[in-house]
Amino acid sequence: MFYREAGDFKTSYAEDNQTFPIKFDRYRYYVVLLIAFAVVPFIINDYWVNAVFLPFLIYAIAAIGLNILVGYCGQVSLGTGGFMAVGAYACYKLMTSFPEVSILIHVIIAGAITAAVGVLFGLPSLRIKGFYLAVATLAAQFFLVWLFNRVPWFYNYSASGQISAPERTVLGVPVTGAETAPWAAYMVCLVFVAVSAILARNLTRGMAGRKWMAIRDMDIAAEIIGVDPLKAKLSAFAVSSFFIGIAGALFFSVYLGAVEVGEVFGINKSFLVLFMVIIGGLGSIFGSFAGAAFLVLLPVLLKNVLVGSLGWPTDLAAHLEFMIVGALIIAFLVAEPHGLAQLWRVAKEKLRLWPFPH
Amino acid sequence: MRKTLMTAALGAVMAAGPAIADLVVVDTSYRTGPYAANGIPFSDGYQDYFTLINERDGGVGGEMIKVVECETGYNTEKGVECYEATKGEGTLVYQPLSTGITYQLIPKATADGISLHTMGYGRTSAKNGAVFKNVFNYPANYWDGASHAITHILNENGGDISGRKIALVYHNSAYGKEPIRTLEELSKKHGFELTLLPVDHPGQEQKSQWLQIRREKPDNVIMWGWGVMNQVAIQEAVNIRYPMDQFIGIWWSGSENDVKAAGDKANGYKALTFHNLGSDYPLYDDMAKYVVDAGKAAGAGDQVGSVLYNRGMYAAMLAVEAMRTAQELAGTSAINAAQMRDGMEALEMTEAKMAGLGLPGFGPEFKVSCENHGGDGMGAVSQWNAEKGEFELITDYFQSDQDVIGALVAEDSAAFATENGIEASCN
Repeated sequence: MFYREAGDFKTSYAEDNQTFPIKFDRYRYYVVLLIAFAVVPFIINDYWVNAVFLPFLIYAIAAIGLNILVGYCGQVSLGTGGFMAVGAYACYKLMTSFPEVSILIHVIIAGAITAAVGVLFGLPSLRIKGFYLAVATLAAQFFLVWLFNRVPWFYNYSASGQISAPERTVLGVPVTGAETAPWAAYMVCLVFVAVSAILARNLTRGMAGRKWMAIRDMDIAAEIIGVDPLKAKLSAFAVSSFFIGIAGALFFSVYLGAVEVGEVFGINKSFLVLFMVIIGGLGSIFGSFAGAAFLVLLPVLLKNVLVGSLGWPTDLAAHLEFMIVGALIIAFLVAEPHGLAQLWRVAKEKLRLWPFPH
Repeated sequence: MRKTLMTAALGAVMAAGPAIADLVVVDTSYRTGPYAANGIPFSDGYQDYFTLINERDGGVGGEMIKVVECETGYNTEKGVECYEATKGEGTLVYQPLSTGITYQLIPKATADGISLHTMGYGRTSAKNGAVFKNVFNYPANYWDGASHAITHILNENGGDISGRKIALVYHNSAYGKEPIRTLEELSKKHGFELTLLPVDHPGQEQKSQWLQIRREKPDNVIMWGWGVMNQVAIQEAVNIRYPMDQFIGIWWSGSENDVKAAGDKANGYKALTFHNLGSDYPLYDDMAKYVVDAGKAAGAGDQVGSVLYNRGMYAAMLAVEAMRTAQELAGTSAINAAQMRDGMEALEMTEAKMAGLGLPGFGPEFKVSCENHGGDGMGAVSQWNAEKGEFELITDYFQSDQDVIGALVAEDSAAFATENGIEASCN
């Protein structure tokens, strides 16, 4: 009914291979983009930006990045927090050293620097895999946080060891610092998210993505059919870290504005992004969004319902939040181990046949 | 899924809605997480004092105070969420009780014209009100604390501590790093040797730091800890039989929660404080009558009189006095955030005022001005008496080394002003 394919003819390979082959799906995607770009900026306020949209968008970029590594290439990583910190500190050093260069360029360069660091810590993946690799990346997480805490050069020798983002503008509109208008911060992150998602989607369905998936499914077989594991694995680390670095840079400069590495980019962040990827769906770009939405929005929603509407004590609500989110994660993964993306896929399949299933 | 969630969230926010009138104060508390043991008593004291003012006096100048509680878990992102969620209610003042959250909120609150009162924590150089217009950290700050500890050691050693070894065990975060600059300056001035021993968040793992202390045997240990870190540090110090009276904690490392776990051996542990201790004040009779016995106490109501409860209450008392000052200045009882800021800047705490409130000698006397948002740097040293189960003041209030600290404040606030393009002015 909703996803009608009757009359939706494809006459070329390009049409057949597009991201949204069903017309309704494609239009729905355009509508979502249109609302995100042309409606939301006009109605958004401080609360929605800082409590809902910025964390959602930025975590979505990080989840896309990690999904490329874990979901598409099968290399388990627990170093996300550390790599986000690299992005944030690279962005900070660039912002303060070259104030005349646009912040957008700094964010992209911060991503590139993180990519280089990611490749460095990806090297062990050539010899080890699975849980062993997870432990190796865990070392990266702890090392990077320790490094940014230990070496004062990274935080410009400030007394407290914190880094804080000075005001930077895009086309004369401040996008970092206290004077940032909600819509400006939102638009910057939205542009980065949209471009990241399109980039990631096209990378993963092209040759690079096929190589990654071949490595993920069986590395020896992949090598036999001509995939170079060195290039495939390291490129996955590089691309993944690039996105994570961008997420870290935005997290620091646009969202929080001041960052303390141990607290903000600690091991918890690595777990959080990994959970987003697992709950959203491994190997799915939509899953990265769904996972980020689930883990960012649900606690805020629960808090607003329990404390705001029902008037419960805040500590009780906070504890309940942990229990409800935890229970939902377990329930989701029991009901659908492939995550929210798979649920969505199944729902679409059903809707294609509805109301006449055969 | 996403859409449903957003619609539901929108519904919930709409349902919560902003309140009208009242004097709104936000309590960004943490009753969960590794810092909860210390977050709970502070929050209870903070809320109970406002409840008392409402119940006994019918509010401040006839306006009831509304306290909005928001749980942060000592987490920066949640703190930002709390700030954004509550600032629309006409909030007059925030007391974030976290250095990390304070750093986040300084630019945001300044842009929104809402005041922050970071009592005894936060960014020390906010003392310079010419640069940090909306941030207040009276009556004392970390650099004062660092100086208090050194002055106390000086007094105990006849004014000469050259060549002495002093170790700083600190929480490896913005909070713990704050005193380092000051201690380095003081070590140059007085000639003692300073060893820095960072402890990572949340602070349960300190074996290697205390091993180093056992090996190097510093003459004094100063601690900048919070939450579970304090308990562990004091237990470790007991384990290596470090002399407790040589061990001084900052005011955030000196509550009953921190020492009780280590038992009698913790007897003699010292901690700084910028307000008085115990519950031997006339105000506590009213507190019992109007709040606790009336069943209106915040939390479990079992924290009354503990060190951090007193501190929370002191913070609330200073907020209420600032409200009164603001009402006088503005000539209206329904003050807004800008008027509250002016009230905080004109706040003067005198002995007569505190005695009138039923809290004689509870805190140091000080007067806030645009040039000085941080008070006069008065502090005292308290000591744990395990037998009685309470901290006792062992010194009078004394002033920190203003020469050293004044220069550092000027330097750091000037750097902040240049970084952020702020023109320092007091007009």
